[in-house]
Amino acid sequence: MNTYSPDTVVPGAGARVQEASEIVASNLNKTYGAGPFAKTVIKDCSFTIESNKLTVMIGPSGCGKSTLIQLIAGFESADSGQLTMNGEPIVGPGKDRLVLFQESALFPWMTTYDNIMYGPRARGEGLKEAAEQAEFLLAKVGLEAFRDKYPTQLSGGMQRRAELARAMINKPEVMILDEPFRGLDNMSKELMWEYYATLYEEDRNTNFFVTTDIDEAIFLADRLLIMTNLPTSTRTVIDIDIPRPRKIEDLVHNPRANEIKKEVMTLLHEEAMKSFSGGSKAAADFLDAYSKRAG
Amino acid sequence: MHDTVLNTDAATSQGPEVTTMGLTMYRLSTWLKSPRPYLMFIGFAIVLGFWYLAVEVWKLPRFEDMPGLTEVFGEWFNKDPIYGLSVYTPEYYTHIGISLRRIAYAFLLATGLGVPLGLFLGWSKTFREFIFPLFEVLRPIPILAWVPLAIIIFAGSESPVVFLTFLASFFATTLNTMLGVESIDESYSRAASCLGASRWQVFRHVVIPGAMPYIFTGLQISIGVAWFSLVAGEMVSGQFGLGYLINTSYMMVEYPKIIIGMITLGIVGFASSAMVRVLGDYLMQWRVRELALGD
Repeated sequence: MNTYSPDTVVPGAGARVQEASEIVASNLNKTYGAGPFAKTVIKDCSFTIESNKLTVMIGPSGCGKSTLIQLIAGFESADSGQLTMNGEPIVGPGKDRLVLFQESALFPWMTTYDNIMYGPRARGEGLKEAAEQAEFLLAKVGLEAFRDKYPTQLSGGMQRRAELARAMINKPEVMILDEPFRGLDNMSKELMWEYYATLYEEDRNTNFFVTTDIDEAIFLADRLLIMTNLPTSTRTVIDIDIPRPRKIEDLVHNPRANEIKKEVMTLLHEEAMKSFSGGSKAAADFLDAYSKRAG
Repeated sequence: MHDTVLNTDAATSQGPEVTTMGLTMYRLSTWLKSPRPYLMFIGFAIVLGFWYLAVEVWKLPRFEDMPGLTEVFGEWFNKDPIYGLSVYTPEYYTHIGISLRRIAYAFLLATGLGVPLGLFLGWSKTFREFIFPLFEVLRPIPILAWVPLAIIIFAGSESPVVFLTFLASFFATTLNTMLGVESIDESYSRAASCLGASRWQVFRHVVIPGAMPYIFTGLQISIGVAWFSLVAGEMVSGQFGLGYLINTSYMMVEYPKIIIGMITLGIVGFASSAMVRVLGDYLMQWRVRELALGD
């Protein structure tokens, strides 16, 4: 299972292309609570996170995407169905699948450098090489001058970059990002998209990115998984065939991007409507009228 | 050389490098420039002035038996005290020393037992279900209610006092430590286990530092209630100590000594709280800096 080898850690070796690591989910089910309080969050959900691709999952908010991440990360297990990585069932958390959480999970009591070094130090693996790699990554994410600062002394964007570095030093086979740029202002958000896309284009590892932001999804994705409303399953998969490196302007000017955006919006709108009408007819009517006016 | 220049540039662009010493000096100078010390001085002057006027000038009816300001301070700093106790008599320091020793034993014992117990209560759900209800029933029993039992169980005059002092501190420390563990965001421990930390490492690297702010809030409360229960204990049992001093002075009708004992308690109580606070700030520099920046 553990394919980590300290010998392979060479500064600047981030560009190596990794061996195929693919995650396959088939017919997953997950229900929380029991009896009259039972709530099915994931129902008959199947998808593939293809190796060496950036797969983005988008769905209405509160649709169970975070639950899927808990399953893939191994923090929780599904009630039924199969979840495998490279053919092996996922049974618990592991450093081959690293998660970047919605909120910053940098340890506030450690400096940027200690945060980045946490993984190798905790495992006691290849510390000398890790230290070199940490320097390389600090430079790469532009935080050399902030190595001895604590997370609360960094801006939101810096914290996200530090967290990317903390994950990358472990050379995970799969990076899992759960709405990582949520809460950043629009300017920092777009900078982080470009930044993150560049990092991805350099080594093309398997990345799984969850979001509710359509622009973010189209800008980043190789493959886009569109999820249904609760209980979650896969609605459609769209291949985003806009050439890389992409530019922010592409979102406005590229006809293919606009085409995809319309398609995604229609699908997501349908799903969002379901969640509204599930609760209140009036709210659904309002949303319908509103979207006609806006459209 | 080049590195240092870079770092300094970065540091100055961020404002001056924050060191603990520099921060303290900076705070001291802003404090002196602010109206706060003068307001504090006025606060003291009002209370002491009222005391002086009420007892010695206006001779208000209920104040006639109370020792006056000049009498108390005259006695306190008298080289040849009328009632045999002043800053020049060794007996004064014996009382302080013995009280301090009891506080030290009780506080260290309460911290040494309370912090680990609180950490485990917060960490293990099974352990909490087993211990916490018992703890919650014992905790509201006032320390004074323990006095007879303490005297029956513990031989001599010293150990009952230390036990009573310990008890109050112990509950405060344990409860706050437990709340501290519960307050830690789950994403920190998930991030740590994702990065390869064992359960024990998560405990050491996440649970302990994460609970630290609450632990020190608990220790602040703990040292306060320690003085409270110490005096209660010393009034009932014991041969020396500030509580004993106050109580015997009352019995012997040596009223100025009551006030000397009270003011002394105020000063040593304040000093011991300040020491706990300084230790906390030292151990949690990540937090001090965070607050300093937010200032």
